[in-house]
Amino acid sequence: MPSLQLSLTKPFFSLGRFVLLLSKAFASLSEFSLYRKNFFIQMVRIGIESIPIVALAAAFSGAVTTVQTAYQLVSPLIPRSTIGAIVVPSMIMELGAVVTGFILAGRVGARIAAELGTMRVTEQIDALEAMGLNSIGYLIVPRVMAGVLMFPVLYIAASFIGITGGLLVAEFSGLVPIGEFVQGARSFYQPFGPYFGLIKSFVFGFVITSISCYMGYFTEGGAEGVGKSTTQAAVISCVYILLSDLVLAVLLL
Amino acid sequence: MIQVEHIYKSFNGKPVLQDVSLEIKEGETMAIIGRSGSGKSVLMKHLIGLLTPDQGRVLVDGIDINRIPYGELRQVRRQFGVLFQGGALFDSMNSFDNVAFPLRTFTKRTEAEIRREVEHCLNVVHLPDVGTKNPSELSGGMKKRVALARAISLRPRYIIYDEPTSGLDPETSNTIDELIKDLGDQLNVTSIVVTHDMHSVLSIADRAAFIYATRLHWAGTIDELHQSTDEVLRAFVKANEYAIGEPTLSSPAGTSS
Repeated sequence: MPSLQLSLTKPFFSLGRFVLLLSKAFASLSEFSLYRKNFFIQMVRIGIESIPIVALAAAFSGAVTTVQTAYQLVSPLIPRSTIGAIVVPSMIMELGAVVTGFILAGRVGARIAAELGTMRVTEQIDALEAMGLNSIGYLIVPRVMAGVLMFPVLYIAASFIGITGGLLVAEFSGLVPIGEFVQGARSFYQPFGPYFGLIKSFVFGFVITSISCYMGYFTEGGAEGVGKSTTQAAVISCVYILLSDLVLAVLLL
Repeated sequence: MIQVEHIYKSFNGKPVLQDVSLEIKEGETMAIIGRSGSGKSVLMKHLIGLLTPDQGRVLVDGIDINRIPYGELRQVRRQFGVLFQGGALFDSMNSFDNVAFPLRTFTKRTEAEIRREVEHCLNVVHLPDVGTKNPSELSGGMKKRVALARAISLRPRYIIYDEPTSGLDPETSNTIDELIKDLGDQLNVTSIVVTHDMHSVLSIADRAAFIYATRLHWAGTIDELHQSTDEVLRAFVKANEYAIGEPTLSSPAGTSS
């Protein structure tokens, strides 16, 4: 019975602790000058260092989407320019943000959780607190802010590279000429698409960094605890990316 | 002065500290002793508010640190230097930057002044040449000494040492003991040493408090420790004698040791 009670109350306990952690983190924004250097370091680690893998994944997503869309369009009644009309909105509204989100959940989320988890189990977080520093502000604010600011940049890069990848594959494999591809993309272009993608990227950036900071900051146990936090950070971030993706689509489209 | 008044602490329903009261006077070196897992480190974390007691209170210079806002607690903590068990050096920085970290964060000194202070602190711990080394390149004893240099960089009034000699060879342990003693004399700080190493206690402490079975079992001066007839305390010290390999406690009258 006590274990049932524990498992029923645990989600509420975790949610409450998560909200408290973030409120304490953002209550310390007045001391941002102490965290400024760390903020720029995190912008590089989360944003700049992620560009190669995001670019690679985006280019292949765009290319594969183009090939598969062409494969589906067997009817001669459907113009080949439809490929551009499908690939471009797919990249802008969905793949650019979601593919980047999944990659960053693994790359950035796991890294944040492992860093903070190791700092927790080796008493480095206690050392920060013992010095009189706000460890939550110092460790969490720069990471979440860097994630929220850099994720849209990565999203823009991913969308641009993904579309370019699709365009090049369409041209060089003879599926559809560049002109037709662009014409299709322009004829079905929705002006809200890029805004929708940007909103999603802000949300995904917040989801990944805040969940990973939470998992890492409250790590318990030794090396095993760090491993558990790291895995959970990546998995839970992916789950919440999917959930928020659906919620935003329902609310905004 | 630090006063611990009737504190209780339990984790997941399991009591770790029960009705522990203690007074640490200005300028003295107090050793908190006890077996591994007896709650010494938990008590230590209460002294700087890293843990909050379930009952009771902790007063630092008369201020109840569990009843003040977080901002004020951080001001109180800045009077402390803490040497954690594993050193707790920041992996992302080299030794120099670790020692410089509190100076860069909490003072407005120039980089040249910070460099001078860091070099002074590293000299105090007899490690003048390790500034460029990362924590992973240091031995256990060196890590603790660099961490000690970091702990004293802001000239604290209180220094807390959590198991300063655990896991170190006897020679390095002696070096650390001498450092603790020298720092107490030179900086006139109040030192709290959490340890189960009786050799350290007898060579550096003015007083000792023995935690046993979640309670403060005994407290007194080192002279009183020598004369104590308390069987539990004597058994603890005796076990250390065998571990250290040298006699540390004189026989009380009427008992055989």
